Amino acid sequence: MKTAIETHNLTVAYNRRPVLWDIDFQVPEGQLIGVLGPNGSGKTTLLKSVMGLVQPSSGYVRLFGQSLDEVRSRISYVPQRESVDWNFPISVREVALMGRYRKDKLLGRLSREDHRLADEALEKVGMLPFADRQIAQLSGGQQQRVFVARALAQQADLYLMDEPFAGVDAASEEAILTLLQDMKQAGKTVLIVHHDLHTAHQFFDWMVLLNTRLIKCGPTPAVFTTEYLRQAYGGQLTILSQVADLVKARDFPVRERSFKDQPK
Amino acid sequence: MNAFWIILTGALVATSCGLLGTFLILRKMAMVGDAISHAVLPGIVIAYLLSESRDVLPMLIGAAALGVLTTFMIEFLYQKARLQIDASIGITFTWLFAMGIILISLYAGQVDLDQDCVLYGEIAYVPLDLWITESGRSMGPRPVWILGGVLLLILLLIIVGYRGLKITTFNPEYAAAVGISTVFWHYLLMSAVSVTTVVAFESVGAILVVAFLIVPPATAYLLTEKLQQMLLLTVGLGLLTAVSGYYLAVWIDGSVAGAMAVTSGVFLLLAVLFSPSTGVLTQRFRSRYPLRVTETGK
Repeated sequence: MKTAIETHNLTVAYNRRPVLWDIDFQVPEGQLIGVLGPNGSGKTTLLKSVMGLVQPSSGYVRLFGQSLDEVRSRISYVPQRESVDWNFPISVREVALMGRYRKDKLLGRLSREDHRLADEALEKVGMLPFADRQIAQLSGGQQQRVFVARALAQQADLYLMDEPFAGVDAASEEAILTLLQDMKQAGKTVLIVHHDLHTAHQFFDWMVLLNTRLIKCGPTPAVFTTEYLRQAYGGQLTILSQVADLVKARDFPVRERSFKDQPK
Repeated sequence: MNAFWIILTGALVATSCGLLGTFLILRKMAMVGDAISHAVLPGIVIAYLLSESRDVLPMLIGAAALGVLTTFMIEFLYQKARLQIDASIGITFTWLFAMGIILISLYAGQVDLDQDCVLYGEIAYVPLDLWITESGRSMGPRPVWILGGVLLLILLLIIVGYRGLKITTFNPEYAAAVGISTVFWHYLLMSAVSVTTVVAFESVGAILVVAFLIVPPATAYLLTEKLQQMLLLTVGLGLLTAVSGYYLAVWIDGSVAGAMAVTSGVFLLLAVLFSPSTGVLTQRFRSRYPLRVTETGK
């Protein structure tokens, strides 16, 4: 498997307080990868440093074995929904069209192909019927789908999504999940910052478990264990007990078999 | 003919300021526009002193430099000194404006600027400031030509740079991720605001500049849900304000700049009350006759 993202000794500090410390990992192409960790563990910062939006104190990031500037057109970014003012006077279609904006052709006109790709992306997330609405008139989940559509319109190979499932209704979650599977089928790599442990092990093939330091990176079964989760979530007892339940739940089929073997 | 020149001056200022103000208020930087419009004063004075003339070019360079310095100072106080953003703005522009006032009072003999004029301008004198060519032909008021030139530059900036301004205003993080320089567009917009302010300043004064930067775009914001419409509506409102403000001033025999600022406020009040989506009275009417809601719901 080829490597989509690799970081080396990546350290990021805000006001001399380290948010990420000496992060070294590699994730393969064509997988759905979850970035997990407790609040303030540096998940969003990791995404932003991969995207070049925050300057690391040390270390570096390679994408498809190259630097960000060499492959920028192959990378697409979905920021947190809170990062914009949803009362902005702009329609759903205009947001999707921003996925076609390029640094070097910002001044020229958008082509018919650009418009087609934007509409196609809206269609994929089920938002085409809302294309002419102002974004303020959408629900939180619909707004998130518009953000995903904008990233799709960019026709990238690697997608970095920051909390796409936060505050999202069931229909939107379903729509995004289906889309993620389609993207995986098409050989795309998707890295997702996610906060909900309950759903994480169903969503992702790979996991990057963080708590300022890298706890573990690898295929989900190897990472999603009580031991590593305990290391990541530390003394947060309520979460820990949930984690124990979750790991049990994941192991359930195995236990069921062993139940059968036992005499009643 | 005087009425025509005065209204035209007001309309040119309103259009230039309104177009830039639209992006300022969407960036939540309306008060930065206010700050720049005051803080360019020392730049103008220094430009006067250095060039010893009232040529437009040194004035524009001085103003643009101070405008950029203003945003720089605000950013510095906010990011590095960790003050609140509104405090940073307040400190920066009062300080720079006061520096300008000191410079004017120190070099009163050499600087052809009056302290009252700085605040209130004197749009009524615009028709007197004629541009007379070397052959002795009168080309009309000088400020109208300068303001017209600036408006052309701003139109060029907004038409050519529309998408750059839009994306860096709506979602700067995403723009940066695509590789678009948010810093470049930020300073481009701020320089445009500085240049417009300084040119408008002389004829209409700092207060009306701020009013035109903020009030018509804010009114348009309440009335529309599309950026392009907001820009067009802002221009329309600016023109309407210039005309009605002038006739209000004639009627009450008062300050033209003051009357224009007041009428822009009246239009804003009407929008607050009757805007189709957010109007205070519109919503009351809807809640009393709820059937109308279903009509507009889909």
